[in-house]
Amino acid sequence: MRLGLVPRPIADLPWRALVPLTLLMGFGATVLYSAAGGSFSPWAGAHLVRYSVFLTMALIMSRLPKDLFKWSAYPVYIALIILLILVELIGGIGKGSQRWLNLGFMTLQPSELMKPAIVLALARFYDSLPPTMTQNWRALAPVGAILGLPALLVMLQPDLGTGLAICFGAGVVIFLAGLPMPWFVGAGVAGAAIAPLAFFTLLHGYQRNRVLVFLDPENDPLGTGYHITQSKIAIGSGGLTGKGFGQGSQSGLGYLPESHTDFVFATMAEQWGLLGGLVVIGIFMFILRWGLQVARGAPDRFSSLLAAGMTATVFFYMAINLMMVMGLAPVVGIPLPFMSHGGSSMLTNMICLGTIMAVDRWSRRSHGLGQG
Amino acid sequence: MSDITKHVSSGTLRNSFERRSVILGGLQATIGILLAARMSWIALAQNEKYTTQAESNRVNLTLIPPRRGLILDRNGAELASNRGDYRVDIVPDRLVDSDRTITELGRLLQLTEIQIVDLKDKLEKSHGFQPVEVAAGLTSDQVAGISVRLPDLPGVLAQRSYSRFYPTGPSVGHLIGYVGAASAKDYEKDRNPLLVTPGFKIGKDGLEKQFEVSLRGSPGARRSEVTASGRVVRDLESRDDTPGSAIKLTINGPLQDYASRRIGLESGAVVVMDCLNGDILAMASMPSFDPNSFSDGIGRIEWKMLSDDDHVPLRNKVLRGLFPPGSTVKPAVALAFLEAGLDPQASVSCGGGLRVGNRVFHCWNRRGHGTVNMAKAIYQSCDVYFYHFAQKIGMQKIADMCRRVGLGEEFDLPVAGQSYGTVPDPAWKQKKYSKPWAVFDTVNATIGQGYMLVNPLQQAVMAARIASGKLLNPRLLFDQKVTPAASLGFSQEHLDFVHQAMSDVVNGPGTAGKARLPVPGVLLAGKTGTAQVVGLNISSGKTGPWKYRDHGHFICFAPHDTPRYACAVVVQHGGGSGAAYPIARDVMTFLYDPAKAMDVLRGMESGWGGTPQERLRSKYRAYETRLGTTAPKAADEEDSAKRDARANLVETAPQTAQTAAADSRLDDDAPGAAAQRSDGTPLPAPAAETPATAAPAPPASTGNTTP
Repeated sequence: MRLGLVPRPIADLPWRALVPLTLLMGFGATVLYSAAGGSFSPWAGAHLVRYSVFLTMALIMSRLPKDLFKWSAYPVYIALIILLILVELIGGIGKGSQRWLNLGFMTLQPSELMKPAIVLALARFYDSLPPTMTQNWRALAPVGAILGLPALLVMLQPDLGTGLAICFGAGVVIFLAGLPMPWFVGAGVAGAAIAPLAFFTLLHGYQRNRVLVFLDPENDPLGTGYHITQSKIAIGSGGLTGKGFGQGSQSGLGYLPESHTDFVFATMAEQWGLLGGLVVIGIFMFILRWGLQVARGAPDRFSSLLAAGMTATVFFYMAINLMMVMGLAPVVGIPLPFMSHGGSSMLTNMICLGTIMAVDRWSRRSHGLGQG
Repeated sequence: MSDITKHVSSGTLRNSFERRSVILGGLQATIGILLAARMSWIALAQNEKYTTQAESNRVNLTLIPPRRGLILDRNGAELASNRGDYRVDIVPDRLVDSDRTITELGRLLQLTEIQIVDLKDKLEKSHGFQPVEVAAGLTSDQVAGISVRLPDLPGVLAQRSYSRFYPTGPSVGHLIGYVGAASAKDYEKDRNPLLVTPGFKIGKDGLEKQFEVSLRGSPGARRSEVTASGRVVRDLESRDDTPGSAIKLTINGPLQDYASRRIGLESGAVVVMDCLNGDILAMASMPSFDPNSFSDGIGRIEWKMLSDDDHVPLRNKVLRGLFPPGSTVKPAVALAFLEAGLDPQASVSCGGGLRVGNRVFHCWNRRGHGTVNMAKAIYQSCDVYFYHFAQKIGMQKIADMCRRVGLGEEFDLPVAGQSYGTVPDPAWKQKKYSKPWAVFDTVNATIGQGYMLVNPLQQAVMAARIASGKLLNPRLLFDQKVTPAASLGFSQEHLDFVHQAMSDVVNGPGTAGKARLPVPGVLLAGKTGTAQVVGLNISSGKTGPWKYRDHGHFICFAPHDTPRYACAVVVQHGGGSGAAYPIARDVMTFLYDPAKAMDVLRGMESGWGGTPQERLRSKYRAYETRLGTTAPKAADEEDSAKRDARANLVETAPQTAQTAAADSRLDDDAPGAAAQRSDGTPLPAPAAETPATAAPAPPASTGNTTP
């Protein structure tokens, strides 16, 4: 199947992920280049450098053995819980919400790392859980603690978007672990019932406002609704083919807020139009499909849960971000993977992809062993 | 439950994973398709809508206020012009932190404390969409300091603009009016976006208001690309404004300025007319206001200054000041006598008074004038002569003559309103008071007292018509078609007689010898008038409280034999005609020898504390030092206009009653005469009613004011 011309280490690389990923990253860099008014600084250059660094990191991760993943699952999780508590304490001493730890050479956002870590921890948990126990409360009660603690800490920051992302990734792992379907249906019904209650009691004022504005953006054209309105104007005015590279007035003149981070898709769509948007969505679909295929082809329960959970995490990022910029979801600060400027989110997403690549590698090796 | 549990193995879990991952994949695909569909909807179906919105974001259309039409004098000199400068405005809607912005602007523009308070008042009163002027007339350096800070000061605009400029300031205040930002009411009436464009001003008073439509012009527009923070990236296209059309007045600018300044510290009015065609050469009312300082609205200090001033600086006394004309009506009454066939040599003996019914009406000269014929009655202003023959001739003929020469008339002029006063006659009194005309009414009216009220413009027209014998109508617009004035039908013989007698007032043995013109070969003909304001039981009229002093009048024309210029001067509460004719003399001198007249004025102004503009400025500074920011807030302009109208009524109404006493006074420059007074018993008839109805009544009830 493989061409003999290509050396084996190169041919072994997960090209089905690397090609679309690099395309997306390159496209992201051009958008950031134009968002900076035709300049590599401050965003596009850093974006490419980070990509190289994190891609290398992901490739290294992909070569790590499964046992190391399994072994590290709980220690990593516990370390992050400690960091989250630390962040909370520092935030309590300082003013307002704090999400970062300043390590000197970089700022670390533990809640970001918690997204892949929770998937890893739960995959590890269900892997070790005897199959017969998946159908009773013992499959859920410890998970409630494993998920509940970080979710609570992140929501306290308060960072609703990240909190939901953690829950979504964990939820997908629990779902795929084979717990009884009626539980999920029940949870769904309960969630629908609790949501309005939570809206009025648990959410902070500004979060509630964001949801209200999302429902009626024109109600607050200069406040929070401004983001959604301007984003839709950027996408809508791009039309089929866009205004051309570097020609976006919405981003160029500053009407589109966060044009290089959360709303980078709108910046792109203004210049490249619907075609550009379909390409981006298409590439994401391709990557996500690859992720699920890897999960299905994985040799064991741990690997498949791990790969599927990581895919779901990336999917959640992408789906919420795109729904937000198109006015289908409230404004929650979630960047678009691989295109938005920002180190933390790229690190998380690259960890997710690196993990999937690792699973891919494990399964190919086990297949290879089986076959030959 | 336990049933199921038994069967669960890693195999079943594997199957479950397969099935559920398909569900997950389906969810992802659904979301992907949903996103693609949603994006297609926004980008294709709603493309037009969002393209328009993006354009309206990107492109900012700014109106460029048109330059206002110039107001020129008869020789083309600018009475109102436009000065290019820079201005700073606040759009209240876009302010984020009002207090911080004001503090910052105050620092950058070095505003005084009172200016900051005024600015806050204006902001408080403003309606979000209306721009509020912070400062105008700035230099480019001053604006440069603001411009760099604009990104931190949302809602603040700095731009090039044109400011209205009145070179002679207060001298043209009443004539031309002033401009100011459109009020909320203006904008409600006319939803023109130009009205709320920063830097745009509309005429608020006088000619600026009357000719608003032609002076306004049409705005230019500029389309520019702007960033979200309001910074202009580049101009896309612009259309120049079309300046408003200029209006040329019959006014002689330097004369207008001279007349205004010559009134000095008095409260009064000067009107100069051309006896050939009715051109108004000067129309001055003082004290006045500086229209240059009104264009940014009336601040606290200005408001306090205006409301403290009992000389009513906001009223144009030429058109809206009503005064009993006193003896200035005598030449007209004499013409009526001549037309009625009275022999000018017919004489009476003046012993200082005349008994009418059971009352004695005094001559201003209690010692009497001896034998008085018509000429002497005019130049010596003998009241007894007129008391006597007026009863013989009858009021109707006198009233008709007064109206023929312009009293009680409302002229066709482009002005906001004229108070045209009253020329009483029997029918008028019957209608107004439901009382029959009495003999003493005739006696009062014949010396310009009692019910008779005129404005200074009417007096100037009277002088011009008597001088020319023509039906001259005052004219203010230079380009208006001139129709040759019709004759009034006086016999030349009668006119010559009256002209000679009026010349004798000044150049002969008359009451105004000091009014002689210092111009060789030009003789001034005139008539003095002193009108009583209150009965002698209240005040002597010469001294004492200002508001009880007599009004001083003088009407005149020159040269006496071939009249060219006519002039009327009124000095409100000036203490007598002696306050009026020196002003008339100097103003008429200015027409013939400007340098000589200016020398006289300069000497006086150094004693008065400078030109009116300088006096206003130092008064402002004094108020500022004294009151600081504690001055009360300025009321709305509309309110102050109403207030002024009310004051007008209150002031004019009682005069009718109080001066009804048979008393004309002091038509001379002989100091000794001051001691001679009539007893001034007030007449009961009108006095009882007038104040009661006039004070609270709307203008219509007095019947002599047109809005």
